Amino acid sequence: MENLNGKTQDKMLDIWFFVGIILIAYGVILSLIGIYYIFNPYTDVILGNLNPNLWWGGIMIVSGIILQLISYHSRKK
Amino acid sequence: MKISIIWIDYVVILIYFIGVLCIGWYLKKYTKTGDDFFLAGRRNSAWVAGLAFLAANMGAVELMGMAASSYEYGILTAHFYWIGAIPAMIFLGVFMMPFYYSSKIHSVPGYLKLRFDEKNRTLNAASFAIMTLLVSGINLYAMALVLHTIIGWNMHASMLISAVTVAVYVYLGGLTSAIFNEIVQFFLIWFGLLLLSVFGIIEIGGWSQIFERIPESYKHLWSTTLNPTDNPMIINWAGIVLGLGFVLSFGYWTTDFLVVQRAFSSRDLRAAQATPIVASFFKMAIPFIVCVTGLVALPLLPKLGPGTEHSYNEVLPLLIKRYYPPGLMGLGVTALLAGFMSGQAGNISAFNTVWTYDLYRAHIIKGAPDKHYVLMGRIATLGGVVISIGTAYWTMGFPSIMDYMQAIFSWVNAPLFATILLGMFWKRCTPNGAFWGLLIGMVSSFTMFILVKYNIISVSAIAFSENASLMAANFWRAWWAWLITFVFTIVISLFTKPKDYSELNGLVYGLTKITQTKEIKYYQKPLFWAVISLIIFLILNIIYW
Repeated sequence: MENLNGKTQDKMLDIWFFVGIILIAYGVILSLIGIYYIFNPYTDVILGNLNPNLWWGGIMIVSGIILQLISYHSRKK
Repeated sequence: MKISIIWIDYVVILIYFIGVLCIGWYLKKYTKTGDDFFLAGRRNSAWVAGLAFLAANMGAVELMGMAASSYEYGILTAHFYWIGAIPAMIFLGVFMMPFYYSSKIHSVPGYLKLRFDEKNRTLNAASFAIMTLLVSGINLYAMALVLHTIIGWNMHASMLISAVTVAVYVYLGGLTSAIFNEIVQFFLIWFGLLLLSVFGIIEIGGWSQIFERIPESYKHLWSTTLNPTDNPMIINWAGIVLGLGFVLSFGYWTTDFLVVQRAFSSRDLRAAQATPIVASFFKMAIPFIVCVTGLVALPLLPKLGPGTEHSYNEVLPLLIKRYYPPGLMGLGVTALLAGFMSGQAGNISAFNTVWTYDLYRAHIIKGAPDKHYVLMGRIATLGGVVISIGTAYWTMGFPSIMDYMQAIFSWVNAPLFATILLGMFWKRCTPNGAFWGLLIGMVSSFTMFILVKYNIISVSAIAFSENASLMAANFWRAWWAWLITFVFTIVISLFTKPKDYSELNGLVYGLTKITQTKEIKYYQKPLFWAVISLIIFLILNIIYW
């Protein structure tokens, strides 16, 4: 990429890369808590029996991976 | 009401702080020129600029306030997201952006300088800078108050830590950093708060059950607005259309530099035009978080509001406490925190640009090298944060100032919209007409506010009803301020000398030939998506008529 001074510099990572990393990190943490709650159910909240940490964590991991793929694809272009 | 959070929630919150600081640090080496710092290098796609455009406005104060408003006023609150946003965003993208973007200006006051003259720019830049710092401080105070109320955190520490974090990442990466963090916040808000609506619907027994269990007047957008007393907001349809749908909405979305700056960061005109149009689709979806949570809270939570244990503003925190186990609890709190912080970063990044280009470079040091202005932008970032902290403490001494936030927009943005509308679409509009029209409009809006506030005139004089709510008074005041500016600008313009038309090429409709550089397919045109957005907007209004 060329900046305004005409000097080339390495290509900046896009925002999807960073959002993807953050979503994966959060997804992993929530999923691990969810796995823990499979064995030690947490029922102090309403609908706690649905173990939302587990499946919401999984959705976040998948979303994070999709964003990583988008970022990788745009870097390759 | 206190939410108790445990160590794992703190880990989730800590990851957010580390994440945003790392992004700022990473972006520093790409932030060298003025365009990099103030306009994110003008390299953003419509998706990036569009999400940032929306997220800059989607602060936590707004989310919590709108969930509270849905609890108090029902589905009428969706007007803020639909008629109060979509037509204006489409108008900005389709009609106004070609003039803003093509003139390669750095800011909205910069457009006023090119279209009119220096005094117009200075008037708008000064009022915008004051408004931005005031709003930024009010946000900071609101954040500390919320964190203190719901989690028990120390107010001074909350303000200081978040202000310092914002200062560091905007200082390092400028607008790019602010935009990146706005998009992180956008995702965190959806992932952190969407489950509240989902769980509310599951617990209540399905979507149709929500409407079975709320009062009739809470279910309609328009059919209860023929007579103000038929709806909980005590407003008629004309107030909604003229005040919110026309003046406040167009005034905010088309002239407020905080949001428009995101579109300026786009890589070309087509991306800049698509920016507000992309944002409009997501804007229409936000009621799924804010309105649904407010509506499910009506039958599910004990009564809130004056005379009860909890205020309306506690709808979101109460639902977080009701549904979120540890882990998700941390994510929910992080979503609110991210909303607060990126809202503040948006204000600070808009302030540093207007200060540096429209006040400092215009009046203090002209013609310095680019590097000098980047340094000034960084100093303005730190200065802006310090002043915001001061404003926050000032607000703390006068908590009712928070109620005036909407009023501030009606003083500054509503008159400005008349000025820019005439400037962009009427070539005969003169610099003197614009300046005096704007000044008279701003002063009259403020005067109306003071006269009603201190009971010198009755609220019915401006809002047609003795019982008009604060919201209704804001809508009507904005309308009158716009009308006064519009009329005075036209009358004064007719008696003063216009600029030479040759100087207005690229700035005024009718004197500008907009060329499309390459042939593109119909679905790549912003206009196509603007029409789709408007169709969805109409369908939503008909469904919830």
